[in-house]
Amino acid sequence: MSKQVNTPARNTKVMNRFDLTSRLLAKLKNEEAIVGGIGNTNFDLWAAGHRPQNFYMLGSMGLAFPIALGVALAQPNRRVFALEGDGSLLMQMGCLSTIAALAPKNLTMIVMDNGIYQITGAQPTPAATVSDIVAIAAGCGLANSAWAADEEDFERLVDQCISASAPTLIGVRIDDKPGVGTTRRDPVQIRERFMLGLGVRQPL
Amino acid sequence: MAAAGGQTPPKSLDEKSLDERPSQEKASAEKAWQDIVLQTLKRNDIRLVPYVPDRVLTKLIQNLHADPFFTTFPTAREEEAVGIVSGAWMGGVRGAVLMQTSGFATLANVLASLAIPYQIPLIMFVSERGTLGEFNYGQSLVCRTMRPVLDSLAMEHHTVTRFDEFEFIADRSIKQAITTQAPVALILSPLLTGGKVFDK
Repeated sequence: MSKQVNTPARNTKVMNRFDLTSRLLAKLKNEEAIVGGIGNTNFDLWAAGHRPQNFYMLGSMGLAFPIALGVALAQPNRRVFALEGDGSLLMQMGCLSTIAALAPKNLTMIVMDNGIYQITGAQPTPAATVSDIVAIAAGCGLANSAWAADEEDFERLVDQCISASAPTLIGVRIDDKPGVGTTRRDPVQIRERFMLGLGVRQPL
Repeated sequence: MAAAGGQTPPKSLDEKSLDERPSQEKASAEKAWQDIVLQTLKRNDIRLVPYVPDRVLTKLIQNLHADPFFTTFPTAREEEAVGIVSGAWMGGVRGAVLMQTSGFATLANVLASLAIPYQIPLIMFVSERGTLGEFNYGQSLVCRTMRPVLDSLAMEHHTVTRFDEFEFIADRSIKQAITTQAPVALILSPLLTGGKVFDK
């Protein structure tokens, strides 16, 4: 972790993915949608407590933000959170510009940044020692982008985004721990439950 | 046409779009192929149309932007557009993605890990480069990967070569994708669109 970039803006507390995901879930009272990116990100979402408005990705690395953008455009009155790893975001950085251009105010992006591909053996990402993802997001036109200084700051930023008039990105530095649980890998059930949770489908 | 008795009544196309047909369109054709795309998307209530542009799609993209029925915008990659329409479909809004052959070649992973296993009716219009007068060797090579990828995933796909068949193929394919919750690729041949040639 000491190899990570330590610019003043990014010199924030190293937190834990499961703890932050649990804190986020505890705040949600309005059937907000959450899209969990591939790997540990959605494993911790699963472990923090399954809810019908959670969508778990089992592949398509890098598409948590685009999928969440689609949900946000389809349901502008529902707040949508997307949880994505730093390595995943590096796969699909162009989506930050797309989201900035469309500016859905009901979308909040959370980047879990540990500087490593934890799940494949903790190899460092190419960005780990040189890049600042929040600065990149701001440069893409997402003005509401900030590093969370600590857990309290994270909760404050989540509270703020609920009344935001533009998309929000929250960067959180996290440790190198693996996910706490493992998502049940049943894509059709995941998708169908999500659609039920969003009120798009009725049960058979 | 027979397939028109669907869920959503067709909204009549803005007449002025017919006057904006490209000059190369055959005078005998009552509509341009681009009009068929717009009309068929509307009839099936497909409102969200992200795209990565292609020269052949220029007029269609202009028409989509000009019509307030559609939410249409460029994405940085085709994969991103697939993610967006997948999310939108789960949220209750239908979409379709426009791209070129070389863009389709970037999609094997997202088709195999998102659209197909999650049973998402991904609708793709692919402008076909790489054949019938291609001038860029790389385009002709990547074109040869497209149908093998579609076939290896057992995906529904049709190559549209004739204007008189286009509405039937597009409308039926969209309805099939939605009702069977399976992706479809509609490949727009240069025989339909005129394609892109060296002297353009």
